[in-house]
Amino acid sequence: MSRVRRWLPGLLLVTPSIIAIAVFVYGMLGWNFRLAMTDQHDEISTGEFVGLENFVSLWDQERWGISVRHAIVFTAVFVGGALILGWLLAFLMEKGIRGEGGFRTIYLFPMAISFVATGVVWRWLMNSGQDDQAVGLNRLFDGLGLDFLQNSWFRDQDWGMAAMAIPAIWQMSGYVMALFLAGFRGVPEELREAARVDGCREWQVYRYVVLPFLRPVTLSALIILGHISLKVFDLIVSVSGKQIITDVPAVFMWVAVFDSHDPAKGATIAAYIVLSVTVFVVPYLIWNARRERRS
Amino acid sequence: MRRRWMSAVAVTVAGMLSLAACGGGTEQATGGGTAKKQVEVFSWWTGPGEADGLKAMRDIFQKQNPDLTFFDAAVAGGSGDKARALLSSKLQANQPPDTFQGHAGAELQGYIKAGKLEPLNALYDELKLKDVFPQQLVDQITYEGNVYSVPVNIHRSNVLWFNPEILKEAGVAGAPKTIEEFVTALEAVKKTGKIPLSIGSEWTVVHLLESVMLGSMGTDAYNGLWAKGADWSGAAVTKALNDFKTIMSYAGAPQDDWQPAAKQVADGAAAFNIMGDWAYGYFHNPPDGGLGKTSKEDFDWAASPGTDGTFMWLSDSFTLPKGAPNKEGAMAWLKVAASKEGQDAFNPKKGSIPARKDADSALYTDYLKWDLEQWANGKLAGSLQHGVVANDPWKTAITEAVGLFLQSKDAAKLQQALAEAAQSNNQ
Repeated sequence: MSRVRRWLPGLLLVTPSIIAIAVFVYGMLGWNFRLAMTDQHDEISTGEFVGLENFVSLWDQERWGISVRHAIVFTAVFVGGALILGWLLAFLMEKGIRGEGGFRTIYLFPMAISFVATGVVWRWLMNSGQDDQAVGLNRLFDGLGLDFLQNSWFRDQDWGMAAMAIPAIWQMSGYVMALFLAGFRGVPEELREAARVDGCREWQVYRYVVLPFLRPVTLSALIILGHISLKVFDLIVSVSGKQIITDVPAVFMWVAVFDSHDPAKGATIAAYIVLSVTVFVVPYLIWNARRERRS
Repeated sequence: MRRRWMSAVAVTVAGMLSLAACGGGTEQATGGGTAKKQVEVFSWWTGPGEADGLKAMRDIFQKQNPDLTFFDAAVAGGSGDKARALLSSKLQANQPPDTFQGHAGAELQGYIKAGKLEPLNALYDELKLKDVFPQQLVDQITYEGNVYSVPVNIHRSNVLWFNPEILKEAGVAGAPKTIEEFVTALEAVKKTGKIPLSIGSEWTVVHLLESVMLGSMGTDAYNGLWAKGADWSGAAVTKALNDFKTIMSYAGAPQDDWQPAAKQVADGAAAFNIMGDWAYGYFHNPPDGGLGKTSKEDFDWAASPGTDGTFMWLSDSFTLPKGAPNKEGAMAWLKVAASKEGQDAFNPKKGSIPARKDADSALYTDYLKWDLEQWANGKLAGSLQHGVVANDPWKTAITEAVGLFLQSKDAAKLQQALAEAAQSNNQ
C-alpha cells in the first residue's frame, strides 16, 4: 500500500499530459502520415490509400526543389552564423568584460521577441530599394558612402535566403552565447592552469582543453537551431509573405493546404519537415541516452 | 500524506476540466446565436473605409430588424487570407457563421462543391435581383444554374495609374491605348531614367498578368479561357505571355506590397502602375489613410492598355452557409446587402461602386463617377487574381507559375505551366 502511495500521486499528476501528448502530438503525427499516403487532393473526397506516391511525386515539382534548396541555404547560414557569432560573444564575455551582466542581457533580449515582430522590423531594414529609393540598411550604407554594400537582400534570386538568415542570426545568437558561456564556465580552472604549467600557449589552452569541453554544448545548440531552421515559417511570412523567391517547405505546406486545398500534398510536405527534423534530433537523443547511461 | 493526495487529485481534475472547457467553449458561441436572435456576420472588413462601410450597412440592418442583434465576426488581414483560413476550419467543423463574405465567382466553388452553401435563387426571384444586377454579372457568378452569393460592391481591376509629369517629361502624349503603345511609352520613360513600371510582391504581378492578357487577347478570348476545355496552348496566349514578358522587362525592383509600388507613381519615381481601383483611395485620401494627392494632377488613370470598354471586375459578396444557426437573420442581412439603400450606404465609404445598376450616381464623384459609367456601359470580364474566374487551386497554380516565371523569365515555360494548371483544375 505504501508503495502505491509513493507512485500513484505522481502518475495521476502526469496522466493528463501523457494523454494530451499521446493524442495531440503522436496521434496527430500518425494521422498526418496516414493522410499523406492517400490521394485526398481536395477537401471533399475521402481519399484512397496510395502508399508513397505523394512522397515521390513531390520531387517532380519545380517549386519543391526550390523550397528545399532555400531551406538548406537558410539552415547552413543561420546555424553556422548563430554558432560562430554566439561563440564569439561568449568568448569575449569569458575574457572578463566590464559590466558583463549588462551585455549579457542586451545580447539575450532579441530572443524575447517573436519571429513575427523581428520579421516586420527586418522587412523594412532589408528593403531592396537602392540609391534614391533606399530605406533601411541600404539607406544607411548610402548615407555612409558605402554604396557598394547596397544590395537587394532577400530579393536576390540566388542568395536571398542567406539574407533571410540574418534576422534569425540576430535573434538567436544571444541564446547561443548563453549556452556557450555556461559551457565556458563549466571548464574547471585547474585544468587550464595545469595546461599552462605544462607550457601551453593561450590558444592551445582553448584548442585542446576548452573546446573539447564545449562539444556537448555545441551539439545541443546545433540541434536547437537546426530544428528551428527547418521549420521556419513565421519569420519568412512576416518578411516576404508567400512568394516563390523566399519559399520554404513550411510556407509551401501552408499554400498547399489553405490555397490549393490539397490536404494530401500539405500532409506530405509536413511529413518531410518532421522527417528532416528527426534526422537532426534522433542521433542527439541516442547520444544523450548513451551518455546518461555511462554516467 | 493525505494533503499530497488531495492536491494530486485536484490538479488532475483541473487538467481534465480545462480540456473539457476547450470543447465546450465553441459550442456555446454558436449555439447561443439562435437563442438571442443574433446574426453572426463574418467578414475581413476591418481597415479604414471598409469598416466604416460595414458599420453603415449594419445601422440600416438594425433599424429594419430591431429584434435581431448584429454580431460582427470580422477577422483582420488584407484580401482575407487569414479570415478564409479560419472560415474553412469553421465550415469543416460544421459550425458556420450565419453569413460570410467571399469574393463573388469561382472562389466560392470549393464551398459549393463541398455542399457548404445554400443556393439563393429564391432570394434573387423575390427581390428581382436579376433585373437590377447586370446580366453578365449574374451569368458570371452562376454555377451550374444556381446563384450562391449576393454581390455588395464592385471593384475594377484593370486600371492603369500614371504620373502625368513623368509622361510629359518622356514625351508621351496621354495614357497608352494599346499594348504596343504601352511598350513604346515604357521605352520612352526608361530613357528619362525613371522607373517605367512599378510592381509590388508576387500577387501584384499576377494582377498585372490578368490585365495584360485581357489587353492582348481581347475580352471574348480572355473570358473564353475560363470555360471548360479552353485552349491555353494556342498562339493568342503565346502572344499575350510574350507581351507580358516584354512589359515585365521594364518593371522596377519589386516593392513589398501594392502600396509602396503605387507610392512610387505618386512620388514621381515611377511612371506607370497597374492596380485595382482601391489604389484611388490610397492616392487620394488625406494622410494617415492615404497620400493626400490631387487627382488628374499628381496622378491620373485610364483603362489598362488594350482594355478600354471592358470592365474587369471583382466583387465582395455575402452567402448563406448550409446549417446557418440563424437562417432568417442571415436572409435579413442578405436583403440589406442586396438593397439599393444598403449598397449606397456601404460603397461610397469603401471606395467602390454598387453592383446594382440603379444606384444613386450623385453619391459617386471623381474616380468613382468614371468607374460607375464604365460599369454601366462596358463589357465585363472577371478578375483572375481576385477570385472571379478561377477557383482557389487553379488560381494558386497560376500564382505559382508566375512566381517561377519571375525566377526563370521563360515565357514558354510559363505557358506550359498555365496550360497544365488549366487542364488539371478546370474540369
